[in-house]
Amino acid sequence: MGIFDHEFMLRALLGALVTGLIAPALGTYLVQRRLALIGDGIGHVALTGVGLGLLTSTSPVLTAVVVAAVGAIAVELVRERGRTSGDVALALLFYGGISGGVFLVALSANKTNANLIAYLFGSPLTTSRADLAVMAVLGALVLAVTLLLRPWLFAVCHDEEHARVSGLPVRALNLTLAVTTAVTVTVAMRAVGLLLVSALMVVPVAAAQQVTRGFRATMHLAMGIGVVAAGAGIWIAGTFDTAPGATIVLVAIAGFFALAVGSGVWRAWHRAAAGTRRGAVTEAEPPEVVLQR
Amino acid sequence: MTAPPVVEIEDAVVAYGGRVALDHVSLAVTRGEVLAVLGANGSGKSTLIRAALGLVPLAAGRVRLFGTGTARRSSHVWRRIGYVPQRLGAGSGVPATVHEVVSSGRLARRGLLRPARTRDRAAVRAALAAVGLADRAADPVSALSGGQQQRTLIARALASEPELLVLDEPTAGVDAASQEAFASALDDFVRGGGTAVLVAHELGPLEPLVNRAVVIHYGKVVHDGPVPPPAGHHASPGHDHVHPHADTAETGMWS
Repeated sequence: MGIFDHEFMLRALLGALVTGLIAPALGTYLVQRRLALIGDGIGHVALTGVGLGLLTSTSPVLTAVVVAAVGAIAVELVRERGRTSGDVALALLFYGGISGGVFLVALSANKTNANLIAYLFGSPLTTSRADLAVMAVLGALVLAVTLLLRPWLFAVCHDEEHARVSGLPVRALNLTLAVTTAVTVTVAMRAVGLLLVSALMVVPVAAAQQVTRGFRATMHLAMGIGVVAAGAGIWIAGTFDTAPGATIVLVAIAGFFALAVGSGVWRAWHRAAAGTRRGAVTEAEPPEVVLQR
Repeated sequence: MTAPPVVEIEDAVVAYGGRVALDHVSLAVTRGEVLAVLGANGSGKSTLIRAALGLVPLAAGRVRLFGTGTARRSSHVWRRIGYVPQRLGAGSGVPATVHEVVSSGRLARRGLLRPARTRDRAAVRAALAAVGLADRAADPVSALSGGQQQRTLIARALASEPELLVLDEPTAGVDAASQEAFASALDDFVRGGGTAVLVAHELGPLEPLVNRAVVIHYGKVVHDGPVPPPAGHHASPGHDHVHPHADTAETGMWS
């Protein structure tokens, strides 16, 4: 397996592994809150940041972080105010974000030879040393927030009202989560692209849930699945010359189906085994609830 | 100087989009009281406790808990309050174990970014034991019955070792075994000097613990004193009224 002898492949692998580790860590909170698709929207908004960066010849990663963070805070404020008309506001923001991005990238086309497709669908093979350094720093930040603040973020995402009555700094925690989402999207941009970011935040979590019982276990397993999918995806892409970002996501989805089928078979087998052990005359458990009518 | 009442509501008005849900209500709860807030669905009884906790804004009037208004309340006040909502929140997209949910109640006593100390872990264990769920700590909450989920929420409130418990319909839709477990947990809490305010549709096994009842009707207090006797078929001997579902329509004094 000589593909990782090339330095650019090694850099691609490292960048993808960082992404595979942090995207599900953050995604666990989004899935818990039933906001699985918010990462997708923030990815749309980040494209405007990329366009701004290319147009002004500043680092697109830096401008993407800033614009995505502003977008994520806006989303959080919409969410906080209640649901009414919220989804229309979000649609304006997301489609404004992606249109603005495409518009700005096109404007800057004569200045740079940046490829829109690379930002939308990822281009891990072009990861530079500088990119890798930025990803490592931002990735460490995301890990610190998602792991160290886990009990507090869990409490807020699980039951916001109760967290408020507990005296937790609900708003500060929500905004922290929003900004961290933006940072995660930007880190993942290189490996899987802005349109596939959300997949790496959600699919490993959905896969992990097939076999886990608790929140912490789900988060850790999802991070493991994310890392494996990222590593395997880059290897497949390098070996068979497929699109890396899409390959990573497809591997993660395959993992989801493998775990779903596996756990289903395991449960069915377990039930059958338990049934034969107890024999045919198993008494029904007394009902938990006495029905009146 | 005597200590201020645990809960002090003065002339509180709450309106939802023009409809008055709470109409100039005043109420004071002193330490050691177990107050039942009774009333029909939509009478404003849940609004009363949600307003007391600052979860719904007041259009007029004032609410104080432990002598402190909503705006000034610091974590030192909040940690003295244990809140038990009617049901588990929406954040259940990811499985969570009973232990994880109950531990989140302890965060009120645990500073931000502080690791759990021995005392925190002991409080969570004690709360789980108090509601009889110690053996289910590692199970996902979603695998529990409705009554057991309700007990999980009570344990979460107890984990912060509160002085005031506020419970929204703790026995609605709860099986008989869980109602008994809940009554004994509340009994222990009150014996330990705690104050409790509970919204209820009917009291069931909690009745002996309650020493004061307030009846809310169309947003106003229409009764304040001892628990009024039940009426209708609820009063008949041997009437074993267990609510399997919270929103089942029924007849009785509070309906």
